[in-house]
Amino acid sequence: MTNLIEIKGVTHAYRTPRGPLPVLDNLNIQVPEGEFAAVVGPSGCGKSTLTRLVAGLMKPDTGEVWLHGELVKSPRKTVGMAFQNPVMLEWRTILQNVILPLEIVAPSMPRAKREARAMELLELVGLKGFENKRPSELSGGMRQRASLCRAIVHKPDVLIMDEPFGALDAFTREDLWQTMHALRAQEPFTAVLITHDLRESVYLGDQVIVLSGRPATTQFVLDVKYPGGEGLRKLEGLYTPACSDMLATLREQIQIAQGRQPGPAVH
Amino acid sequence: MDMARKIGIPILAIVLFLAFWEFIVWVNGWPNYVMASPSDLPDAYVRFWNLFLIGSWQTLWRTVAGLILAVIFGIVLGMIMGFSRVARDGLYPLLVGFNAIPKATLVPVLALLFIGEHNFNTVLMAFLISFFPIAVSVGIGLSTLEPEYRDILRSLGASKVTIFWKIALPKTLPEFFGALKVSVTLAFIGTNLVEIISPHGRGLGALFLSGQTNSNYPLMFAVLIALAFLGIVLYYAVVALERIFAGWAERPQG
Repeated sequence: MTNLIEIKGVTHAYRTPRGPLPVLDNLNIQVPEGEFAAVVGPSGCGKSTLTRLVAGLMKPDTGEVWLHGELVKSPRKTVGMAFQNPVMLEWRTILQNVILPLEIVAPSMPRAKREARAMELLELVGLKGFENKRPSELSGGMRQRASLCRAIVHKPDVLIMDEPFGALDAFTREDLWQTMHALRAQEPFTAVLITHDLRESVYLGDQVIVLSGRPATTQFVLDVKYPGGEGLRKLEGLYTPACSDMLATLREQIQIAQGRQPGPAVH
Repeated sequence: MDMARKIGIPILAIVLFLAFWEFIVWVNGWPNYVMASPSDLPDAYVRFWNLFLIGSWQTLWRTVAGLILAVIFGIVLGMIMGFSRVARDGLYPLLVGFNAIPKATLVPVLALLFIGEHNFNTVLMAFLISFFPIAVSVGIGLSTLEPEYRDILRSLGASKVTIFWKIALPKTLPEFFGALKVSVTLAFIGTNLVEIISPHGRGLGALFLSGQTNSNYPLMFAVLIALAFLGIVLYYAVVALERIFAGWAERPQG
């Protein structure tokens, strides 16, 4: 299997008035095509920098990011992004929000076709009937669903998510995890998910990458063997001994990662 | 019911205000030359109705022209300040300093610079006094755009122009209209400054001045009320535009 995302020896530092602040140190990550990679690590360890590098929004000081066998030098149309903030455009309806990437990526696509494509996704995430509402009329969970639809409406190779479920309550979050699996079953894509939630990383990820404290390097990679075999993963699986073991391993690794941090982070 | 309330309450407020004014003048027994009362005004309007119409029109069109200039210049300046840190750091002290100058002192300067160009001077003053809030609000709106908003389009390879039209501009519209409401009333002040300080017999300001020279005090108060009326009309014109272009920002009241 080929690696769709390949991050090779990436090192990056931010320039600050007090001198360079290293955030990534010789980071290596491989994500095979169609796989879902969850990235966890201590807070402030450079996870968001990682998403911006993969999206081509910035260039690393050294090292390379490859997507689909091509070196990433600038933003590409084959990427979808979702953030903790759903970033809805309040002046557009939900449907017009979801269509937005198509206006950029496929300007010649007829309007009816765009809308049909958006409706297909909205139906999949349970937002049918809300397409003509304004974002302010929807709950936080619904806005995040719409945001996920917008991230994949143009059929990107790679979906990059930076803690998309972080601001939601526990029940809504679990709902959205299941929606995520339903989406993947219909729309194959390779995904990178930044998260703070270990259960989320195990439930959604095919592999869980643990980053060390800042500057971040790949500390540990867990190959997720989710109980219950093939088919859509069931939430109950999280409460089996197999999952408990994986979570314990991850927790241990995170603790080691935090121990590596040279004292409390300076803000 | 809703419509009746929307129109009825403001009208009731105005009627109450006029009644209070009439009462104060009556209680104090003020003569006309100290303070005219509302009941003196209709006479002034009836006698000089044609002057009021001509003056109002002259004041109105010059104010609106200045305002349009202020909108164009304010948006361009706001864009420059919103997108460039250097421009922001460089322009802010200049703008604040300029805004702090009492505009009345500029009237003779303009009058000397462009001798006899009364219309031009008046429009220019309306513009000078009213562009500042627009420039500042557009600048702040653009510079405080959350990076995620930019990133969702930038990650798709969208150009800066596209990001401006699709995201930055519409997102700044509520702030822009807020500033425009302030600018509307400022622009009237600018127009009237020139009409009163450097009169050419045009506009409501000149009518005010002739009321003063003829000791026709009710006429002076009638002009003030006419100015207030024009201000209200223009303000609600901006509110109507805001409904059309930025109505989405208005939350339904619970």
